[in-house]
Amino acid sequence: MKQDTLRAREQRTGWLLVIPALLLLLLVYAYPILRAFGLSLFSQNLGTQLQPEFAGLANYSRMIADGRFWQSIGNTAIFTFSALILELVLGMGIALVLNQTFRGKGLVRTIAILPWALPTAIMALAWTWIFNDQYGILNDILLRLGWIETGINWLGNPTLAMVATIVADVWKTTSFVSILLLAGLQSIPQDLYEAHAIEGATPWQSFRQITLPLIMPQITIAALFRFAQSFGIFDLIQVMTEGGPAGATEMVSLYIYATVRRYLDFGYGAALVVVTFLILIVVVALAAYLIAKLRRSTGVET
Amino acid sequence: MMTQRKFSVASLLLGLAIVLVVLFSLGPIIWQFLTSIKTNDAIAAIPNVYFPNPNQLTLNHYTELFARRPFFNYMLNSFLVSILSTILCLGLGSPAAYALARLRIPGERILLALILLITLFPYILLFLGLLEIVKALGLGNNFLALIVPYTAINLPLTILVMRSFFQQLPRDLEDSARIEGYGTLKMLVEILLPLTLPALVTTGILTFIFAWNEFIFALTFITVENMKTIPVAAAQLGGSSVFEIPYGTIAAATVLGTLPLVLLVLFFQKKIVQGLTSGAVKG
Repeated sequence: MKQDTLRAREQRTGWLLVIPALLLLLLVYAYPILRAFGLSLFSQNLGTQLQPEFAGLANYSRMIADGRFWQSIGNTAIFTFSALILELVLGMGIALVLNQTFRGKGLVRTIAILPWALPTAIMALAWTWIFNDQYGILNDILLRLGWIETGINWLGNPTLAMVATIVADVWKTTSFVSILLLAGLQSIPQDLYEAHAIEGATPWQSFRQITLPLIMPQITIAALFRFAQSFGIFDLIQVMTEGGPAGATEMVSLYIYATVRRYLDFGYGAALVVVTFLILIVVVALAAYLIAKLRRSTGVET
Repeated sequence: MMTQRKFSVASLLLGLAIVLVVLFSLGPIIWQFLTSIKTNDAIAAIPNVYFPNPNQLTLNHYTELFARRPFFNYMLNSFLVSILSTILCLGLGSPAAYALARLRIPGERILLALILLITLFPYILLFLGLLEIVKALGLGNNFLALIVPYTAINLPLTILVMRSFFQQLPRDLEDSARIEGYGTLKMLVEILLPLTLPALVTTGILTFIFAWNEFIFALTFITVENMKTIPVAAAQLGGSSVFEIPYGTIAAATVLGTLPLVLLVLFFQKKIVQGLTSGAVKG
């Protein structure tokens, strides 16, 4: 009896403490997503004088035939996967370096996390300046090395503009990956390596047989975070190229933004939000499934 | 123990790798700084002037920012919005984190999974719905339109980091407080809060950084020049004239806009790393 009332009181206090935060999360996360699902079934644009008119799945069938949408999805996929792979490889390298013992390690670590902390929009300006066709330092270095004859118009060429935005994103977010991976590396007991080395394993074998499997959880989490963030990348691209040249770097987020803000097509914009959301959820669910499977398999082995 | 001193080749390679990491991380920042203190002639010199000589130095780009633009306002706006949303976020997030760490509430596993899931949502998914709310409530060009979303987008991280902190606290403390007759709320404020300060600072630094850096909401909900935050104002500096882009001024703006964060990282590197890893990994 007494136990029950105590328990009930604990629950009541618990909810009391959780509810304010929960309400805010519902307002800022749940409402916009649910609203997008609802609005995506309506036409609400300049043609309907911004009044909502029920349209069924018209927005979705329009999307199937919308070349610009498919191009933006393609651009986003190229951007996301290139950036993700580069960030994981480079982040791993940096984490391995930061995990060594050397003088001034604290300072080097501080420097290495700096890019992550700085505003993306502002650092996009810095990268725009680096890639500047006339006065950019990148062209200057390449010219001095004699690798090119004249300055390259990086942001004016469709392929190179994509490369430039990927480079800037890799610079900005590799530090996040290396922070997570470094935490993983530090949790590996040193004697594992020593025992392995006594058995005659090379450093590369140790890396593949000890390091990689043991920090797989951190790798997966970093990859998941980076995937979701790259997939919705907005500020970096908006500042560097505005999606240009000729839509070559238009990501799905920029297309959504333009649809809503420039073309005032709220219904179609909502449908684009819904599809982006669903793609994200599917990938996250797949990743979660993989993580669970991974945990099970490592659990069996040890 | 393995031998502490490795081959000189290995240490040479390590040294090289360290130099590369430092150059990679600092290069773009240093180049912006050098650009910001060069005269326009030096900026437009071909081949580039890497280290300006004394006659090529100027502070004009900085004074220009304050003379021609309400740059002081931009900084102040960013500070205000970031600080207020950080305080709100800690105030709402820590009690929730405590409840999720210690009190048994039905459905808490689902709640935690959802909180973890929404840390993955890019802001572009939210801006359309928020835009409607902002319009309906007449909150355009009101800092509330930034403070409330910033508080919300930082809540998941705050809850995860604070929860992992509360879980590490010894339970005896709370048990003895209960025996003394403290209620949960009283115990939270009088006993746990002082102990929690370091974790609050850690979390607060992260939420401050995220709020300072946010772009898409600030771009959409604030259009009055005097009310803009640093990232948006800086990004729009070049927009005023198409033909002559003020590279020096933009560089100066990037230096000033990143300076508070550079200082935060310099002083709190350990806390930032600790917060990020406990938020992402242990959650």
